[in-house]
Amino acid sequence: MIVALFVPCYVDQFYPQVAIASLELLEKAGVEVVYPPKQTCCGQPMANSGFEHLANSCNELFINNFSGFDYIVCPSGSCTLHIKEHLHADKQEEKAGEIRRRVYELTEFLTDVLKIEQLNAKFPHKVGMHQSCHGQRGLRLSQMSELNAPAFSKPGKLLKMVEGLELVELDRVDECCGFGGTFCVAEEAVSVKMGKDRVEDHIKHGAEYITGGDMSCLMHLEGILRRQNSKVKVKHIAEILNSQ
Amino acid sequence: MTNYADKDHASLAEKFNVDEPRVNWHDETLWWVRVKRDKASKSLPEWELLRETASQIKNNVLSNLSEYLIQFEEEATRNGITVHWAADAKEHNEIVHGLLQKHGITRMVKSKSMLTEECHLNEYLQQQGIEVIDTDLGERIVQMRKEPPSHIVLPAIHLKKQDVSDTFHEHLHTEKGNYDPQFLTHAARLHLREKFLTGKLALTGVNFAIAETGEFVVCTNEGNADMGAHLADIHIACMGIEKLLPQRKHLSVFLRLLARSATGQPITTYSSHFKKPRKGQEMHVVLVDNGRSIQLGRKDFRNSLKCIRCAACFNTCPVYRRSGGHSYHTAVAGPIGSILAPNIDMKQYADLPFASTLCGSCSNVCPVKIDIHDQLYKWRQVLMKEGYGSTVKKMGMKGMTFTLSHPGVYHFAGNAGRWVLRNASFIVNNKLNPWYKQRDMPSPPEESFGEWYKKNRK
Amino acid sequence: MNSRDKILEAVKSSQPDQRPLPQLQFESYNTTDAPTAFANVLGTIGGATHFVNSYDEIEEIICAEYTHAKRIITVCSQIKTGEVISSDIDPHSLEDVDLAIIEAHFGVAENAALWVTDALVPERVLPFITQQLAVIVKKEDILFTMHQAYERIGNMDYGFATFIAGPSKTADIEQSLVLGAHGPKTMRVFILLNA
Repeated sequence: MIVALFVPCYVDQFYPQVAIASLELLEKAGVEVVYPPKQTCCGQPMANSGFEHLANSCNELFINNFSGFDYIVCPSGSCTLHIKEHLHADKQEEKAGEIRRRVYELTEFLTDVLKIEQLNAKFPHKVGMHQSCHGQRGLRLSQMSELNAPAFSKPGKLLKMVEGLELVELDRVDECCGFGGTFCVAEEAVSVKMGKDRVEDHIKHGAEYITGGDMSCLMHLEGILRRQNSKVKVKHIAEILNSQ
Repeated sequence: MTNYADKDHASLAEKFNVDEPRVNWHDETLWWVRVKRDKASKSLPEWELLRETASQIKNNVLSNLSEYLIQFEEEATRNGITVHWAADAKEHNEIVHGLLQKHGITRMVKSKSMLTEECHLNEYLQQQGIEVIDTDLGERIVQMRKEPPSHIVLPAIHLKKQDVSDTFHEHLHTEKGNYDPQFLTHAARLHLREKFLTGKLALTGVNFAIAETGEFVVCTNEGNADMGAHLADIHIACMGIEKLLPQRKHLSVFLRLLARSATGQPITTYSSHFKKPRKGQEMHVVLVDNGRSIQLGRKDFRNSLKCIRCAACFNTCPVYRRSGGHSYHTAVAGPIGSILAPNIDMKQYADLPFASTLCGSCSNVCPVKIDIHDQLYKWRQVLMKEGYGSTVKKMGMKGMTFTLSHPGVYHFAGNAGRWVLRNASFIVNNKLNPWYKQRDMPSPPEESFGEWYKKNRK
Repeated sequence: MNSRDKILEAVKSSQPDQRPLPQLQFESYNTTDAPTAFANVLGTIGGATHFVNSYDEIEEIICAEYTHAKRIITVCSQIKTGEVISSDIDPHSLEDVDLAIIEAHFGVAENAALWVTDALVPERVLPFITQQLAVIVKKEDILFTMHQAYERIGNMDYGFATFIAGPSKTADIEQSLVLGAHGPKTMRVFILLNA
């Protein structure tokens, strides 16, 4: 199988180590990975701001870059969900459909397609898991606290395979961090308050690292942690699963 | 009366967030209501089946609404109830006023009705010289303070007991500085009891109306709707046209869901079924459209009419909890309000669908499975297409689209951005950058992943 | 065109395609017996339950518990304590009632609600205006769920009916639960074990 690596634009520019870790993880699992070099962005920032109708050229570029692969894997729940739900193109709808069927977020690809049962990873630290909303509620990466339904967690399952890692409990297991795309600046006051509360929950329970599947959430939490001069760091789950 | 003209959610929320301890208190109080709801929902193994059933019943109602309305009118009329039809808020207010005038009544007791808030009935009647007394304790408190309710189920949730005590001291002459809720509630009991006993006309809302039997149900914990209605010569019940259920037995589903979703209680203290007027009493139902038939025609948004006004979405919404109901500057706030209000006035409420991170929690707690977060996203598309975005925003979006559609431009922009952060960060790290106000910017790496890949893999 | 026709026309032209009504398929899953479950729930919502064997026992408890009740209205032929009222009275004349003793058609264990129609109360306001409320229900008339309740109600006709679950209450002041808002401050339920 040939997997195309879809790297979120802010990961490409600001957190390349997350994409490197994702690439290495997949390669270690024996997957042939290709990185289409002309990729830019999934178009979510425009779409979520109400400008879906401007996204055509972005969609076309995406389709051109990512057609013809067995799977497209992305270390971001929110970018993956956006493509899954909103990738359309008038002249290439069939190709768009193919991509929508084949796009996977990294952790669900590892558990559902590669069916990973063990990892050669070590991360002896106390870690808080931040459930990014789009991955959790959109892609069903883990059970949602609002529902009366059995518990499960794909990222959680993978983290349990990491030697020495201790997952801390939280008061609010799946409350939103407040990033929300352009919300983070358009509603700055509420966005930051939400982030501060998330950070407080993790710190209160002794987390040394906050992890999650979306660097956007973590970037927002990191911004708050650093402003507070906190020793707590953020680390994308790909980096943890790939750490030795 | 608080004036919300020219105010948008973001500015109002910013003001709300100035008092951080108060925000924490508001957030924790409402989160606690969500926790109680969870306890209740998880105590019923068939909870998700109840939600699915309720959702399907409401889908059926919307697809047969005109027929059910006619059936309800027929049955209610046969029961001795007079049915009125109001196309909009103005007509609703005039109908209510007309009934007051007809009987020469100048004072009215009113139990909770979000519809009357939507129609601004209180202001209208006050202008006509009618005294309106809200009898729900929370509503009476905000009425005395000349504020609108901030939550559709817990109208005074934004107030602390000190606030209530001060208000009661001013209006009821209760002991200054006595904050005891028991004491304050008792004072309200006595004050309002006198109003019930002397009230000639009572107005109530309607939680559910049954097409099959022509009866309607009013749910309260306080008993104020009943105290008003059973002592009054005239009982007016106001309802949105979407509040129908097909058959009486469907109440079993909704009465199991409503209070559990709203407050975590298994049922409200009173679920009163009004079918015929008391001997010698006049009973009226006012059916109100006020934009509902338009919403019904909107394929993407009609499901919002399934709402049973439980406010579970408010309690779970991390944005509502940290901005308060008044930041939404509309009668029904929160997530459901944000998908109902733009239908009434796109210009005034264009900000509301953006007062959200689209986290999706609301859709999960909705007892009738309204796809609230999907509708928030869709309203954003409609509002921007209709031109309610600011010019700055539109230009920014066009710029972003261009950059992201052209790999060369994207790479250049990314490089430039990182260069600035490394070498001239003062350009970005300042007051003009809203991100920077309370957060550090991410550290700019030397190379992007694309550049690393070229060097290390190709 | 009047508003009625305007509205109906607008609604009819906007309503979506037909969606069928679902079947109500809910079972009672409770394993404890209904009267015990009822009493447990009533306790959590501020009410008190007495399991009694006779109406005499009810009378004894009333005399013991309501010593300060000056005006008692009873709507139950087997209870001798208290006044009997006709259905022609002015409801306002009930404003000084301290205790109302009424019967219920049935109770629902999942939420401790009792179904009372105007066949059981001569004046609708009675169970609300009274300062304290006592309700008598037979053990075999306690159902588990609201679905069973509405099956039992069936096509029953009434002018007014209500489910009453516990004493009136409010938490509108800083979420502090206070019993006794506008309706009765207390509620006592007598579950009659032998009819």
